[in-house]
Parts: sequence; structure tokens; C-alpha cells
Amino acid sequence: MTAWKTFVGTKIFWPVMALVALLVANTVKTTNFVNIRVQDGHLFGALIDILRNSSPLLLVAVGMTLVIATRGIDLSVGAVVAISGAVACSYIASSSNPTGVVTVLTAVAIAAVLSLVLGAWNGFLVAVVGIQPIIATLVLMTAGRGIAMLITGGQITTINSPPYKMIGSGFWLAVPVAVLIAGSLFAIVAVVTRRTALGMLIESVGINPQASRLAGVQARTIIWTVYAIAGLFAGIAGLMISSNVMAADANNAGLFIELDAILAVVIGGTSLAGGKFSLAGTLVGVLVIQTLTLTVTILGVPPAVTPLFKAVVVIAVCIMQSPVVRNRLASRRRIPVVAPVPAKVGA
Amino acid sequence: MTTPDVLPTTDVTRAEPDGPRARLTRVARSVHVDRRFLPVLGALVVLVLMFVVGGVRYENFLSGRVVSNLFINNSYLIVLAVGMTFVIITGGIDLSVGAVVALSGITAASLFESGWPAFVVIPLVILIGSALGLVVGVMVRVFEIQPFIATLAAMFLARGLCYVISLSSIPITDPTIVWLSSTRIPLGETWTLTPSGIIALVVVAVAFYVLHYTRFGRTVYAIGGGESSAVLMGLPVARTKVLVYVISGTCAGIGGFLFSIFSRSGYSLTGVGMELDAIAAVVIGGTLLTGGSGFVLGSVLGVLVLGLIQTIITFQGTLSSWWTKIFIGVLLLAFVVLQRAIAARRR
Repeated sequence: MTAWKTFVGTKIFWPVMALVALLVANTVKTTNFVNIRVQDGHLFGALIDILRNSSPLLLVAVGMTLVIATRGIDLSVGAVVAISGAVACSYIASSSNPTGVVTVLTAVAIAAVLSLVLGAWNGFLVAVVGIQPIIATLVLMTAGRGIAMLITGGQITTINSPPYKMIGSGFWLAVPVAVLIAGSLFAIVAVVTRRTALGMLIESVGINPQASRLAGVQARTIIWTVYAIAGLFAGIAGLMISSNVMAADANNAGLFIELDAILAVVIGGTSLAGGKFSLAGTLVGVLVIQTLTLTVTILGVPPAVTPLFKAVVVIAVCIMQSPVVRNRLASRRRIPVVAPVPAKVGA
Repeated sequence: MTTPDVLPTTDVTRAEPDGPRARLTRVARSVHVDRRFLPVLGALVVLVLMFVVGGVRYENFLSGRVVSNLFINNSYLIVLAVGMTFVIITGGIDLSVGAVVALSGITAASLFESGWPAFVVIPLVILIGSALGLVVGVMVRVFEIQPFIATLAAMFLARGLCYVISLSSIPITDPTIVWLSSTRIPLGETWTLTPSGIIALVVVAVAFYVLHYTRFGRTVYAIGGGESSAVLMGLPVARTKVLVYVISGTCAGIGGFLFSIFSRSGYSLTGVGMELDAIAAVVIGGTLLTGGSGFVLGSVLGVLVLGLIQTIITFQGTLSSWWTKIFIGVLLLAFVVLQRAIAARRR
């Protein structure tokens, strides 16, 4: 019981409840929702779909989690998604051998390096020039789609390249490749941040950059690095998205993915004030958003109305996590102990 | 707020009343401006430069028609930017305005379609904006949800409601709206003004008075300067914090009404990314995103700069539309770096 009580007290409790509620609702509506079947040696089923559709968002959200942990925010990831897809597709389309593995690997490498550079540019503006993160990344967010349009010449570049298609919709050992990529990168980030001191250093920068610098933490390098990683991950997500439809759409690829990613991070219990982050929470947040999208479709509501449900879930989860409600719930649970009311100066 | 720099001026002039050097100093001192105005002056200089470059390069650029159109075509954005200024000065942000524009526009269109009279519909659609602003304000104030997330949720809410009302564009044939959109008030030979331009100017005038000449306006600045200090000073912080979002929401409602005059239709997809234009205009106009500093008229200048970029690209004719985005991004970068330099010198 104590384990359950601890779990109820954590920030991840309400998002997990939301996810469970959505899954139950879907199972009630369509009974074969939880079925996973093997077809042509590939796994198929609604749950697999959710995982596969979550992959790009998960990558972007993991990068976003690290950025938000340093008290930053990255609005430009959607634009980076578009640029990365545009670069890769344009390179493949203009090459002499679009179906060659080498061509595809080169395209992927170019797109990944470019995304890393764009992320580092954000990091430069934030860490060196000292511009606030929201406005520093707004620059690339505004200009980025223009740059992507410049690369594709304002067209939707379509390509035909089976090796490239593997990234977004291929299977390896019966599991979608996109899930493998996103899952392994997620695991690497989790291990590197939580099994080394890096995670704590990132959090210390988020709590107080000056103090952490005086304590010997290389705050600048850390900030720079998290933005570069966010850019790189957005670039990989861009490859997945463009590979899924085998086209680069500079206007619509990754549109609002930055907002979805920020939502996923916040639903997962990472505060925008920085200083703390939960990768598991982000994973749950991403799954909630994707399951919600699928639920809306299953319930037969026009997909365009999805934002409405998203808003309801976000507002509900945020209100349940808010200090006012949490204090009230906490005080009801342990009545004998008089909870000290924190002095609310400036709250 | 007089700066101490003013005092030595009198000393110098008394000592050497007629020396050429003193005269030079006097001239320099008389053009000395408060550093707070520097970003706004920057915007003004850019605006003038753009007019000069445009006037040299293109025929008929420096005409009353171009300037009038600048006002008329951007009237809704002016109103949005003015509302956004209040929120940003308190250190918040409002991402919902674009979606509110679409919501009030499509509500107006659908109510007109079912035969409601204009004198009911117009106040109603503006009040929709105020109501959503109130919801955001309560979320920010009572539940302590960060403004970014609260307004993001409101954005999804408004966008979703749009799709509930109608998925397709609804034309507006109401005689009042048709009259408002087709009336041209000639001022002199080439200058014209439209009712929507007048509404925007009235909003600017009211906002200017409220922000710079009332107790409420001072409280807005005080919250941005330091919320805890404002609380300790006994200022009505809670009420003001909710009210700035109501103001921004109301402005978005008015903006939606103006946009429906402008486009004579209501459509769920209008105003996608409009909130970013508004934020960019406010930042270019010299308002600090950290809060505590900014001017209503600066934001108007910001909108005019954005509008003029569009005009120049139209006049050029050979530049593709995506250059607009790149130019805005570059300009945004230049302005935040300028602001950063000013802030660094102040320290």
C-alpha cells in the first residue's frame, strides 16, 4: 500500500491515470484494441500504431525535456523537422541513384549534421549572447520554415527510395524501425543522464546558472549541448516524418510539433521553471498525446476536433498537478498533521 | 523619471555659455534619450530606412495609398499586438490570440448565417475573447499554471471549438459587415482610412492611456519588474494578472472581428501562427520578454515594420513569399541582439 501511496503522490500519477483511462475507453469502444497480431513477420495493432506514431514526437520531446530542465525552451524544433526533411529529400531527389543505400546514408548524415548545427546556433544565442531561450529560438522558428521552403524551392519534394522509406515505415525483427530508433535514443539519453552526473549538472544549471558556474559546472557548455541535442533529435524526427510520407513538405512537416512536445513534457510533470526533469514522465506524456489522437479517430469524431480534447486533457492534468489542488488533496489525506502553509509571496 | 544625466547639462552651459564645444555638448545632451526608448527608436529607424529604401527603389512606394494600406491591412494585427504588450510587460505570454481570432471570426460568420443581427453578434464575438482570456487568467493566477502552457491550452481549446462550429469557410453577407469592409473615408488626395483602421486606432489610444496613465498600467509594469515587490507594495497583483489576460483576450476578440471584416468570411484555419507575428511585432517594438519594460506605440511600430516587409516583397515581385519569413527572422534576431546589448550596457 505504501508503494501505491508514494506513486499517488508523484507527479507522474495523473498522466498515467489519463493514459490508462484512454486505453480503457478505447478497449471498451473496440474490443480488439489491445490485440497485437503478427502479419508477414511484422507486428501490427493499434498499440503498435501508437508506438510508431509516437516515435518522432518522443525524440523531439526528449530533446525538449533536457532543454526545459536548463530552464530553457526550444520553439524551433518544428522548423528543424521541416529543414531536415527538406535537405534529405532534396539530396536524394537530386542524386543520380536515389535508391542506393550510400545516397540515403549521405542524405541522413547531411540532415543530421545540419540539425546539430542549427541546434548549436540556438545554444550559441542562449549561452553566449545571453538571449532568452523563447525569443532566441523564435528567430529560427520564424526563419526556419522560410529556409526549408528555400531548400525545396517552395515545392513538395517527393522521392522514391526504399532504403529511405525504412526509417519511417520499415520493420526490423518484426518491430517498426522508427520505434527502435526512438527507443534506443531514449534509452541512451536516460542512461547517460541518470547513470552519470550529467543529469544532475543539467538540473543544477536549470536551478541557478550562476551558482552552478561558481560551483565549477560548465554551465555554458551544458546549455550549448542540450540545444544541440534538441536540434539533432528534431532532425532525426524530421527524417522519420518525411520518410513516412516519402515527401518533404516545408510548410506542414512538423507543424506544431514543438507545442505537442512541450505539452508532453509538461504533462509528464517537468516544470517549465526548469531544474528538474523526468524522462519517464515525458514518455508517458507523449503516449497520452498520441493515444488521445488515435482515440478521437476511433470514437468517430472528425480528426480536426482533436485540439479540443487535447485542451481538455492538458487543462485537467495541469490543474490536478497545480500546487493549489495538490495541497488540498495532500491535506485531506493526512488530516492529523497540520500541513505548514508556505508563505505565498509573489505566487 | 528624470535621469541624473540631465543635471550636469546646466553646469556646463553656465560655465561656457558660448563656446563651440559647449554648444556641441548641449546639442548632444538635448538629443540624449532615455535608454528605455532606444529599442523603440531602433524600430522607428528601421521603419524609416525601409521607407527610404522602398521609395528609392520602387515607383509610387512613398504614397499615401501604401501607408494607408499598411494600416488597413494590418489593423487586426495592431490590435493583437497591443493586447499582447500588456501580457508581455507582466512577464507572461499569450499564445492563444491567433486561435481566438479564428474562433470569433467563425462564430460571427455562423451567427450571421443563421440571421442574427449585427448589434448582437459583434459584442458577442468580442466577449468570447474576453471570456477565454478570463479562463486563461484564472488558470495562471489560481492554479499557477505557467502562462505558456495555460495559453497553449486555450489555443487548442479555441482551435478545437472552431472545428466544432464549422470545418469549411463561411462567407459573411451581413449588410453591416459589408458596409464596414467597403467603406473608404478619403483623407486628402491619396490617403484613406477604413472603419477597421479607426477601430484599431481607438484601441491603440485607449491602451496607450490605460498602460501609461492609470494606476492599473503602473501595476502592470510593477508586476513585470518584480512580482514579489509588487505584492509587498500592496498592489492588486492577483486582479491585475487576471485582467491582462482578459485584455489580451478582448483584443483578440476585436482582432477576430476586424479580420472577419477584412476577409468577409469566417474560417477555422485563419490566424495560424498569427500569435507569433504579434509576439514578433511586440519584441521588435522594444518590449522586453522578461517583462517590466515596453510601450504600446512601440508594438504599433513593430506591426508596421512587419507589414512593410510584406509590402516591399510585393513591390519587388521577384522574391518568393518565403523570404518574408526569413526577413522577419533576421530582423527579430537583430532586434533581440540590440536589446541584449542595451541591457548589458545598463548593468
